[in-house]
Amino acid sequence: MGPGIIGKKIGMTQFFRPDGQVVPVTLLKAGPCMVVQRKTPTSDGYDAVQLGLLEFVKPQRINKPRTGHLKKAGVEGAKHLREFRLRAGDGDPKPGDKVLLDQFKPTDKVDIVGVSKGRGFAGVVKRHHFRGGEGSHGSMFHRAPGSIGSSSFPSRVLPGMRMGGQMGNERVTVRNLEVVDVDTEDQVLAVKGAVPGPNGSYVLVRRAKR
Amino acid sequence: MTHPAIAKFIAKHQRTDLPEFRPGDTIRVNVRIREGEKERLQAFEGTVIARNNTGMGESITVRKISFSHGVERIFPLSANVIESIKVVRTGRVRRAKLYYLRELRGKAARLKERV
Repeated sequence: MGPGIIGKKIGMTQFFRPDGQVVPVTLLKAGPCMVVQRKTPTSDGYDAVQLGLLEFVKPQRINKPRTGHLKKAGVEGAKHLREFRLRAGDGDPKPGDKVLLDQFKPTDKVDIVGVSKGRGFAGVVKRHHFRGGEGSHGSMFHRAPGSIGSSSFPSRVLPGMRMGGQMGNERVTVRNLEVVDVDTEDQVLAVKGAVPGPNGSYVLVRRAKR
Repeated sequence: MTHPAIAKFIAKHQRTDLPEFRPGDTIRVNVRIREGEKERLQAFEGTVIARNNTGMGESITVRKISFSHGVERIFPLSANVIESIKVVRTGRVRRAKLYYLRELRGKAARLKERV
């Protein structure tokens, strides 16, 4: 059992289970990864590994401090680094160790962390699912938020009032997605359901926490 | 363009036991029907008037005239409700979607056999 893996979202498709059920799946190009740094309770206060996703990267795209950092572990071509906390049963990986997809098998549960699609400054209808008003029939209330509170008392807007604002482009964790298929030859992981972010975005895949 | 990894996944999970057929062909679809615990087959025979989508979501529309009423059924091709498909008769048509057949009855709705 490994700590997890870094992946890149490819896209979604579906397939039919033998019992006839349709299952939506997301495909991820996951790994190969290498351990870049090992964090230990004595030196860092907690137990974790820093993994780097091995892919084709021009050397000049990685800045010099990071090149030096990678060199220490003997890793090349890792632009994306992510840290994974080590839990019981994750073994004791050393810098330079390879982390592959073979740590997962179908029916395993995984958590996936990614950055959701940015929707910019969104209104309350899109952001908080307000119903909005009628489009026609003389209605002059369309997508506005409506009343946001009372008057002279309390003379302020209560904290947490749902309003328009930045939506998406934030870290999102999806828990307990089921692994459907593992292709160790092409390093492709198929999980049931949707994964945050657009196709081509980088996500972190770890063994489900609960 | 389908991503090669998606194409590979589809190739791995897609059904390969179905015969080749085109819009205009008359086919017989054996449908699995569950009645409580028991399962039986029911045949639906008609003309293929459309093939929609590709990959895992590919589906066909089959039209037949049942007791002088037009009946259409849409089958997802990858679904296991389809036990098997038999091509009964081929049909020569000049377009991919034969929705014009809905307006036609009897003799006018015939299709020539493909040679």
